[in-house]
Order: sequence, then structure tokens, then C-alpha cells
Amino acid sequence: MYRIPGSTPTPGSPTEPDATHAGSTARTVGEVLAASQVQAVFDELERDLIGLAPVKQRIRDIAALLVIDRLRLNQGLAAQAPSLHMSFTGNPGTGKTTVAMRMAQILHRLGYVRKGHLVAVTRDDLVGQYIGHTAPKTREVLKKAMGGVLFIDEAYYLYRPENERDYGQEAIEILLQVMENQRDDLVVILAGYAGRMATFFQSNPGMSSRIAHHIDFPDYNPDELLQIADRMLDGMHYGFGAGARETFADYLSRRIQQPHFSNARSVRNALDRIRLRQASRLFAQPDRALSRDDLTTIEPEDIRASRVFTNP
Amino acid sequence: MMTNPTGRLTQGQFSFLPDLTDAEITMQIEYGLKKGYAWSVEYTDDPHPRNTYWEMYGNPMFDVPDAAGVLLELNACRRSFPNHYIRMMAFDSTRGIETIVMSFIVNRPKQEPGFQVERQEANGRSIRYSTRGYAADRPEGERYDNENR
Repeated sequence: MYRIPGSTPTPGSPTEPDATHAGSTARTVGEVLAASQVQAVFDELERDLIGLAPVKQRIRDIAALLVIDRLRLNQGLAAQAPSLHMSFTGNPGTGKTTVAMRMAQILHRLGYVRKGHLVAVTRDDLVGQYIGHTAPKTREVLKKAMGGVLFIDEAYYLYRPENERDYGQEAIEILLQVMENQRDDLVVILAGYAGRMATFFQSNPGMSSRIAHHIDFPDYNPDELLQIADRMLDGMHYGFGAGARETFADYLSRRIQQPHFSNARSVRNALDRIRLRQASRLFAQPDRALSRDDLTTIEPEDIRASRVFTNP
Repeated sequence: MMTNPTGRLTQGQFSFLPDLTDAEITMQIEYGLKKGYAWSVEYTDDPHPRNTYWEMYGNPMFDVPDAAGVLLELNACRRSFPNHYIRMMAFDSTRGIETIVMSFIVNRPKQEPGFQVERQEANGRSIRYSTRGYAADRPEGERYDNENR
């Protein structure tokens, strides 16, 4: 199978069993579940996403509606497809972008979007620089996103109240129109920091009312952050050595107190710096034969060297 | 006997069938996308059996993975040129093929006057034939404007 140059690969779309055809004679929830991929989606969510209880709950609700709709359809009760536009708000590093990336895949497997590709854009991709430039640009993006998920990161930048001739408003209007008229074709997800999104919605009530799911991403607690660190290290083929995990927990408890703590992103940055220190520690011993363990183990001293431990 | 009583332009696929509905067009587009083709929209008001180069409406959509997006472009073209011929074309970029593999008309003028065969008497008893659209003697953009007739 070849690909169109520059196209987004749709994961396994030709062979993927379509949830919409699942169990046309099913009468129980169990039968529909068996014929669809809903359960697999649940398991994967539970396994891959740490914390984020409200997000998981919402995805579960959406999936439940799908299953019940299927049963209703079997009884001849037609229903409109629900509006699935979402807004993700939360502090930095709480997983908004990560979840949005997964959401396209999840909605596709639940049978709510046809292709399941994600088009991630920011203000620059939607808003033009001169009169008449915005509409074609926005339409172009919408065209690409059809059948999938359009993810607008930092959506509040679309609207600039300080400049009344800003073209962002035009992009918002086109978006609204498509969000309303082509609900079956496209799911729009807006993401941003809570406070600024609230202002954005206040000044664009039309946008707020067309979004059915306002999901707030809570901050992670230290225990979840530690699990996230484990997951990240695992993905990079590293591991905590003896006592290092406890030291890292200590590091986190101190780091959380400090300003500009941004949850999982801070964890990632901390791990990156720790890797640097581990590398220099090994680098300082030019004659030592390094085993696989040496190369993959993070020692407590790598973490202790952080500035978090020095200035109280 | 009239050979083509409706004067319908018959080029590309499905042109002897009744006009495709949007749902049918969507299915054709979806079929092409599944094959990995890139769709594009073209229009003209100068149809001729030998005129294969129509005007492009926008660029070929190499990165639109769903029929709804292609249909969006088609509908935009229909709004701009409601009384022109519009066709969908699918380009297959496979190495060694690299050509249009599907093409069908999705929009026609309300009235299609058809074509005239002109016979020119040449040397001896030979005859030269040429085909000319009845609408083609009017300037571009006014050819299928029924209100002005």
C-alpha cells in the first residue's frame, strides 16, 4: 500500500473493523461490547494514562452512549450523533495535548469519526496576515481535518480583544459554522490554560455553547508524577538505581513548592537534566568498561546534584 | 433520428448515467481515497471532446484524507461556478502510473445546447470535419448564462 505524499497515515484503517457495524441484532450491552473495540479502548486508557480521572470518566461516558445508541438503533430508535466538540483546560503539563492526540484514535475506534487522523494547529495556521487571507487558510485546515479531529492548541490566541481589526474573529466565525453544520464530519478540540480559556469563552459565547464537553485537567499528585517518571524512563530505556526513586520523590516534593512547576513537563525536563548528569558522571571515568546496567541506571547522586536541593 | 437528444456532454466516467447525487459522489471519492488517489476539482465553460485541459479549482488535494473535505472544495467550486461544467479527477501517484485514473462530471449547466459537426469541403471530394460547441461562440463566462439568452 502506498501513501499520498504528505498525507497523515491513518493507523490501520483499511483492515480496522468498523464499530458502526457491530452487532446489528444485539440486545445486551455485553453483546455490543464484544463486537466493538470499546473495551480495548478502556483498557488502553487505564494502562497508558496516569491519573486524569475526569478525562477517563468522560471518555467512558461517550463510549457508553455509543453502545446504548447501538442498542437503541437495533430497536428502531434513531438518535442524532452527539456533539463531540471538546475543550481541554488545565495547568501546564497536565497532558492536554497528549490526550488530544489519543482522542482522535479513541473516537475513531469508537466509531465517532471516520478517519481518526489529528490535525494540530495554532493561531498561525488559521489566521491570515491581510484581508481575505484568513478564510481560505481556515477552510484549507478544515478541509484537511474533515473525518478526523481538529486540535487547536492555545485557542485563546485566536481572539485578540485589544485589536478590533484582528482577523482571528473571522477564523472563529468560520470554525463555528463548520462546527455546527458538519458535526458528523469533524470533532474540534480546543486546549489552553484554564484562566485564559475562561476569558476566551466569555468573549465568544457562541463558541462556548457549541462545545459539549468542557473537561478540566487536574494537577497530578506527587505519586502520579512519580509513576509518570517511571513511564518516561522506561520509554527511554533508563531505570532508577538503588535509592534513586526515593530521591526523585524527594526532588519532586521540593520542586512542586517552587514557582513555574508544570507537572509532567517539569518531570520530563528534570529527567532530561538527570540524564545529562548521568552521562557526565560516566564520561568522567574514561577507563572503566561500562556495562548495560551502568548505561541505563540513574543513581541518587545524579538527582542530588540538582539546584532544587541546594537552594531551599 | 437525434443521436443525443439532451445534448449532454459525455466525457469521463458515469456521463451516460443520470447526474450523481452528493451521496454517490462521496462514495466515489471515498473509493478513490482508499486507493490512495489525490482528488482535484476542475471546471470549464468551454467543453470540447479534445479539450482535456480544464481550469483547476484550487490545488490537487494530496493531503485530504476524507471525502467530506473533498466535498467541501467541490461545493465551494459549485458556489463560484454554478453554471459551469465541473469534474472531479483522481490522480494516482504510484511510480509508473502518475496520471489521472478517475474523472467524472459532477456539475453541468442547466441547459446544454450540444455540439455541431461542421463539414468543410476540401480538395477533390474530401471532407474535413470539425466539432464546435453551440455555446462556444459567446465570450467566456457568458456561455451557459441562461438568463441572458
